[in-house]
Amino acid sequence: MGIDLPLIWAIIIIFGIMMYVVMDGFDLGIGILFPFIKGDSDRDVMMNTVAPVWDGNETWLVLGGAALFGAFPLAYSVVLSALYLPLILMLIGLIFRGVAFEFRFKARENKRHIWDKAFIGGSLTATFFQGVALGAFIDGLPVVNRTYAGGSMDWLTPFSLFCGAALIVAYALLGCTWLIMKTEGKLQRQMHDLARPLALVLLAVTGIVSLWTPLAHPEIAERWFSLPNLFWFLPVPILVLVTLYGLLRAVARNAHYTPFLLTLVLIFLGYSGLGISLWPNIVPPSISIWDAAAPPQSQGFMLVGTLFIIPFILGYTFWSYYVFRGKVTHEDGYH
Amino acid sequence: MFGLEAIDLARIQFAFTISFHILFPAITIGLASYLAVLEGLWLKSKQDVYRDLYHFWSKVFAVNFGMGVVSGLVMAYQFGTNWSKFSDFAGSVTGPLLTYEVLTAFFLEAGFLGVMLFGWNRVGRGLHFFATVMVAIGTLVSTFWILASNSWMQTPQGYEIVNGQVIPVDWIAVIFNPSFPYRLMHMATAAFVATAFFVGASAAWHLLRGRDNPAIRKMLSMAMWMALIVAPVQAVIGDFHGLNTLKHQPAKIAAIEGHWGNVGNEPTPLILFGWPDMKAEKTRFAVEIPYLGSIILTHTLDKQVPALKEFPPEDRPNSTIVFWSFRIMVGLGMLMILTGLWSLWLRKRGTLYQSRPFLHLVLWMGPSGLIAILAGWFTTEIGRQPWVVYGLMRTSEASSGHSFAQMSLTLALFVVVYFSLFGVGLGYMMRLVRKGPKTNEGKETNPGGPGKQRTPARPLSAADEDNGNGHSESLSKGN
Repeated sequence: MGIDLPLIWAIIIIFGIMMYVVMDGFDLGIGILFPFIKGDSDRDVMMNTVAPVWDGNETWLVLGGAALFGAFPLAYSVVLSALYLPLILMLIGLIFRGVAFEFRFKARENKRHIWDKAFIGGSLTATFFQGVALGAFIDGLPVVNRTYAGGSMDWLTPFSLFCGAALIVAYALLGCTWLIMKTEGKLQRQMHDLARPLALVLLAVTGIVSLWTPLAHPEIAERWFSLPNLFWFLPVPILVLVTLYGLLRAVARNAHYTPFLLTLVLIFLGYSGLGISLWPNIVPPSISIWDAAAPPQSQGFMLVGTLFIIPFILGYTFWSYYVFRGKVTHEDGYH
Repeated sequence: MFGLEAIDLARIQFAFTISFHILFPAITIGLASYLAVLEGLWLKSKQDVYRDLYHFWSKVFAVNFGMGVVSGLVMAYQFGTNWSKFSDFAGSVTGPLLTYEVLTAFFLEAGFLGVMLFGWNRVGRGLHFFATVMVAIGTLVSTFWILASNSWMQTPQGYEIVNGQVIPVDWIAVIFNPSFPYRLMHMATAAFVATAFFVGASAAWHLLRGRDNPAIRKMLSMAMWMALIVAPVQAVIGDFHGLNTLKHQPAKIAAIEGHWGNVGNEPTPLILFGWPDMKAEKTRFAVEIPYLGSIILTHTLDKQVPALKEFPPEDRPNSTIVFWSFRIMVGLGMLMILTGLWSLWLRKRGTLYQSRPFLHLVLWMGPSGLIAILAGWFTTEIGRQPWVVYGLMRTSEASSGHSFAQMSLTLALFVVVYFSLFGVGLGYMMRLVRKGPKTNEGKETNPGGPGKQRTPARPLSAADEDNGNGHSESLSKGN
């Protein structure tokens, strides 16, 4: 058979996770930035910028989970059980965040601070444990007889905790530049002031993760630093530096759109770097997408419906962002 | 603690998260079809009550749908986090079925939910009705996939096992497995009946408080027609479902009946009440009706029903629990049928909207459908134990094997978070219900969605409590 179904499914899932990271990234970032902004009405504006789209963003996570279950059941079972606690904590964070989103607007004024805290706590928890899970995933999950063979707390390492912190910085920058794009006046100025330090911290943590990973994993070092790979992959770090420089310049000249777009490029580059390190493993260090694939009967069956529906989802996503384009101001009631 | 082991906690956690979750989709399924009927009747008859009811219930629908999405997120991950060996073993069958469910829900949200909730004054009447009907069909298609997956785990077919993994061979056989049609009918009907009683109870609540308008009367009337006609139909479907279970999962039936052993060639009696004792292998304090077991389950006077002692002890489901969960479900079903009959009698006498004892009963019957759904699911899920995939994989072999400490921690977290957050959500739904249907809503040219000129196609924001809401007032105070 000429069609490499596991490859197609890997691309679909990688694409879905990318969509999730980019889109839920900036709305989690807004929760992370909430503590820096005190005024109730500024907070309203912050929430209003993402209120119409956040739950659509989150549905990519559901699709990712279900598609992984059907297309790569081995990866689904190993990764989810190995990263049990961080994933459950992430889900609980997301529930808090989601419910807070809705009920903050409906709460009476004296109760609103409770939902503010739920929103901040939920966003921070979800982001941090997403990063921790990612770090533990990069570190690799030992598998014996198709079952996770490590300990229940193996995910808790300095590296994974650092990845959790790094993701908080990354999402904060996404949220910050999103708000630069979507707001004006004082709130936008505050975000302009925050963007520069955040971008520099992100550069630092990205640099540390990029060095830590190959140092801890010889096979990843081999992937990056052997010739001729080095020349193929060298553009990635160079582009990161160029993008970051452009981002700082754009922030300095008070640009509205460029900072967010360049942050997206940064996230995409980081994601590509991760892909280069891990490909073609779906459970590092040794299970590839072909090892973990469901039989072609399953992957083919799912593909029919998925290819039919994904264009609708993309069209709808595009449409809802189009409808809500432009600045959000204090006068725009969410309701 | 209480003699529980990690595997028990894993089961309790799954039962807890999915029981919480199922309440929302059940109401979603029922209300979506109810809304489609209301809009269709409005278009046909042009009576304002239908339009008022449509606007009222679409808000409740929106909040409920939002809760279903948030609680459903957890379900997409529970199979892998808690039941990793099951996921690896059967993922190539159940995974694609669940993916189709997610895709359906996505498709629904992408295409039609936004139009349904926010498009009243923006699209033509025909298109809006079409969107509502598509949402209703979408909820049923979602039900279709979820129950295909669950039914396959109860009565698997269309597969082969290669290297210890299930491989689908024939998808038609997988999806249309022997118990699927009965389970699908039983669950979809249950969602309709549960929603009817929920709607009826809210009407009764308003009438008991002296709030009386044509819309409130209409919703009580419609709910009671449903009770009169559909509750008995559900009993018949349930009977067929029971016969199907007898054929494919006889141990479940024996446990439901608390039936331990057959005597000679005597027909099987029906134990009305009793206390099945798993250790003593008998049902204590049994109140029996001779012949009735044979009549109900074999539709004959002489054939016997399989008994629990015919199965080795390790293959027996817990009879104590399913005996009673089944009786709770059936008892509530009978009460629903009686409520329907009483409503017919009052309707004939012309006192349907005035009889306080009747309205009190309808009010108390509000959650009956949801409780019956939970009791029914407990019966079928505990009744298929010790199997997670019937005859193929035992539940004890399916879990991820997390430690007792981890399972207690996460279970406690789920309990606290679910009760507090979804408690607030339910409270908010009840607040909407208490406001009651307003006359002439939707006649004025309300621009539709929150943000007025813009359309956030999101479920929860459709539930704006009133037009001049408190939040914007406090907003201007803050400035």
